[in-house]
Amino acid sequence: METIVNDFSIQVATVNGSGSQTANTVLLRALFQMGIPVSGKNLFPSNIAGLPTWFTIRASKDGYIARRKENDILVVMNPETAADDVAAMGPGGVIVLNESIKVPTIPDDRIVYRVPMTKLMEPITTDVKLRRLVVNMLYVGVLGELLGLAEDEVERALDAQLGRKPKALALNHAAVRAGWEYAHANFEKRHPFRAARMNATQGKILIDGNAAGALGALFGGVTVVTWYPITPSSSLVESLIGYLERFRRDPATGKATFAVVQAEDEISAIGMVLGAGWAGARAMTSTSGPGLSLMAEFTGYGYYAEIPAVIWDIQRVGPSTGLPTRTMQGDVQFAHTASHGDTKHPVLLPSSVRDCYEFGVKAFDLAERLQTPVFVLSDLDLGMNNWMSEPFPYPDEPWDRGKVLSDNELASLPKFERYRDVDGDGIPFRTLPGTKDPKGVYFTRGSGHNEAAQYTEKPDDYRRGMDRLAKKFETARDLMPPPVIEDQGRRLGVIAYGSTHWAVVEARDQLRQESGIETDYLLLKALPFSDAVAAFVARHERIYVVEQNRDAQMAGLLKMEYPEHAARFRSVLHYDGLPVDARSVSGPIAAEETMATPAGMPEVARR
Amino acid sequence: MSDGTPKVAATGAAAARNRVGLTRADYDGAKSTLCPGCGHNAITAAIIQAAYEVGLQPHEVAKLSGIGCSSKTPAYFLGHSHGFNAVHGRMPSIATGVRVANHKLMLIGISGDGDTASIGLGQFCHLVRRNVPVVYIIENNGVYGLTKGQFSATADVGSTTKGGSVNELMPIDCCAIAIELGCGFVARSFSGDQKQLRPLLKAAFAHRGTAVLDVISPCVTFADHEGSSKSYAYVKEHDAPLHDIEYVPYYEDITVEYEPGTTREVQMPDGSHIYLKKLAEDYDPTSRERALQMIHEARAEQKLVTGLLYAEPTLKPFEEELSLVEAPLATLPLEQVRPPKSVLEAVMEQLKTGKGMTAPAGGG
Repeated sequence: METIVNDFSIQVATVNGSGSQTANTVLLRALFQMGIPVSGKNLFPSNIAGLPTWFTIRASKDGYIARRKENDILVVMNPETAADDVAAMGPGGVIVLNESIKVPTIPDDRIVYRVPMTKLMEPITTDVKLRRLVVNMLYVGVLGELLGLAEDEVERALDAQLGRKPKALALNHAAVRAGWEYAHANFEKRHPFRAARMNATQGKILIDGNAAGALGALFGGVTVVTWYPITPSSSLVESLIGYLERFRRDPATGKATFAVVQAEDEISAIGMVLGAGWAGARAMTSTSGPGLSLMAEFTGYGYYAEIPAVIWDIQRVGPSTGLPTRTMQGDVQFAHTASHGDTKHPVLLPSSVRDCYEFGVKAFDLAERLQTPVFVLSDLDLGMNNWMSEPFPYPDEPWDRGKVLSDNELASLPKFERYRDVDGDGIPFRTLPGTKDPKGVYFTRGSGHNEAAQYTEKPDDYRRGMDRLAKKFETARDLMPPPVIEDQGRRLGVIAYGSTHWAVVEARDQLRQESGIETDYLLLKALPFSDAVAAFVARHERIYVVEQNRDAQMAGLLKMEYPEHAARFRSVLHYDGLPVDARSVSGPIAAEETMATPAGMPEVARR
Repeated sequence: MSDGTPKVAATGAAAARNRVGLTRADYDGAKSTLCPGCGHNAITAAIIQAAYEVGLQPHEVAKLSGIGCSSKTPAYFLGHSHGFNAVHGRMPSIATGVRVANHKLMLIGISGDGDTASIGLGQFCHLVRRNVPVVYIIENNGVYGLTKGQFSATADVGSTTKGGSVNELMPIDCCAIAIELGCGFVARSFSGDQKQLRPLLKAAFAHRGTAVLDVISPCVTFADHEGSSKSYAYVKEHDAPLHDIEYVPYYEDITVEYEPGTTREVQMPDGSHIYLKKLAEDYDPTSRERALQMIHEARAEQKLVTGLLYAEPTLKPFEEELSLVEAPLATLPLEQVRPPKSVLEAVMEQLKTGKGMTAPAGGG
């Protein structure tokens, strides 16, 4: 049997609230500390305790960190789902089974390791409740032995998790040990998967996208944060509160350079952001689909009255309440045009935790420069799972507060009109309440207004205002982060955005290696589209737009933007609530290309 | 005795100036586009006069409102103050945002009975609950004017629309709700009673938390008929003031002496005083229980009881709860809000080792 080193995926099937999170994090970090590229995904229910939950860990020497559809190793800890979990394992699959869980007969070509977990826990503690929590560490030890994990890295990872609770730490160490020793003494290794130290994670960090976004906000100089709790966005604000309390409150005086307000609902949360943004603060809120629906009216107000605001949307599965703890890219079109009338908003599309951090900073600059609400569209997979990354760089630019006139600047002006396009970029100047010079005073309204911010219903006034807003949107194209393009003059193009990126990276390699299909790639980072997107679209004969929703939302926007090229777009869609995997991308593309380019055609036609 | 600086006719060549050197005209706004005779215009006039008399600095004030006839009025007063006409029922959230961004601004929020008691009831309650410093004026006429005469949630049981339909639903009493939620300044008044309204406004300007003023303001177009319990004639007839109100700002000497037992005094944190000269009964505005009881009695007796219903001027305002730095958040320089590079590096180091890393919430 040939060993397979540093290329496997583990799925732990357990029960929500059973304490498996710590065990899974220890496994993930131990692999990471061994220098092996890893990713961990928590597939959890909308529930506090009692419902099934799965955690998948993927180790990939090649650095692929998207979800893998097939699992090589299954850890069975949940009696309720055990039969289905086991049945999902194919030939050659490795099953670590808590012996007390009854499962139907497992075919002989699966490799089963039965662990008497109940018995192994007996000497560790007599406390029944603790046994239930600590039992998870047994499979850490078993997998440690089976995969050949470095013991010191497992210990280190466990220390980092529980270092502040010495009693718990001792118990957990004992359980890891017990699992390890049992496996060592009783199992002959019949599976090919092994972990071995390599050097691909040196200096890297592991962080979830929500914490990364929170760090971005912290270093972006946020001063007002308002929110209403909603999965999967809450942990962004909770992380941010943690950072703000640590780094932005004077320990001597107790005084804070920030305000966090937990609002009564999302309408109020966005209202507070607009109020604060109008008054000159860097204000943000974070929400998910249902909250965004509630914010729609106010975001239209922000667009029309031209008030900076940063809105994070950690997308989850809709429509309606949908699957609150599952991932989707379902709010793209809605966020882009949220609110009635001709409303459109700039949207940032982070595809990595580093993007979450950098866009967390940049969103404020854009919102203040453009004087408009700016969305950051993350998703549950990116936001709540841990991802490897290079450490984040400190912002090398000061901030951009946009066109705000001070009293001194006003003094030298003959007059001030809030909505006059002085510079020809569609962006007017604003003043803040508190301005002393009466010339700088204006009245903000969501009703029709002219350049001087006076109420108007005159057809020409209205149209002029709307045309200027359209011009401002054109200005936005060049200010948004550009797409990342790999263009080597191939016929086929792939366009993706957000967390889908990681499956696309792997899928393109699969297409090349397995089917000889070469693709160029454009990773979108923002809406509206820049000229570089137009050029990419114009240059490719067929373009696969890969996204995680049913309705091909980004493809729809692309077709609307480039109607002359609408026939070039094909959609690859993934929308079952789980993070997209590479096979779900490469499969449909290979199938379609094989049909489009039948075998026997000269090789050049396939390139 | 005055409730501010002396009133002077502004007709002379040199108009009179208040203590900050401004004329009454400096507090004017654009011309009202409401119906002639609208109660709201009288409230607008009272705000202008009160602001002039106590000498508010227009640039230190922001005017906020929701949607409706009442919410149009911030355009008609204090033309030298920034204004924000928000969406329907959501002025409280705007006010909260403005205040946390810049707690040096004094906020005057104008709302109506539809804007506050129906679509905006939730935001109103939470503003009061947080004690965000806003002078929150409800211009209450029991009717939706801008959409032509539908009942609002403050219409009394038995009151009729112009078309003759009868309201059978219990009215929402915004003062009772505010008191219940711990508001430290709750008053009810009548747009036709400038003598009462002005000192109440001045006192509200001096309050450090949410000040709620429910001002009955007859709609001359859709609710001034017989059968409406908010018509001018009905309100005039049923108005039962609790007390005569005098307001003495902190910068004026107290010159008047009251006979013992005739007057109650409320001192504001800035040193200003409210004097409540008793009329029918010796009403104690510092008793929450008495205030709520009185509101229920008044409803049973079909009286419109006006005056300072409840005062607790020492409550902590929202920004103290948040423990903000002295300078407004909106004005903080980059150095104060972007932690140094060393902080980022320390966080990155932690993320390498996993020490101090917390598991994402919601997981197993």
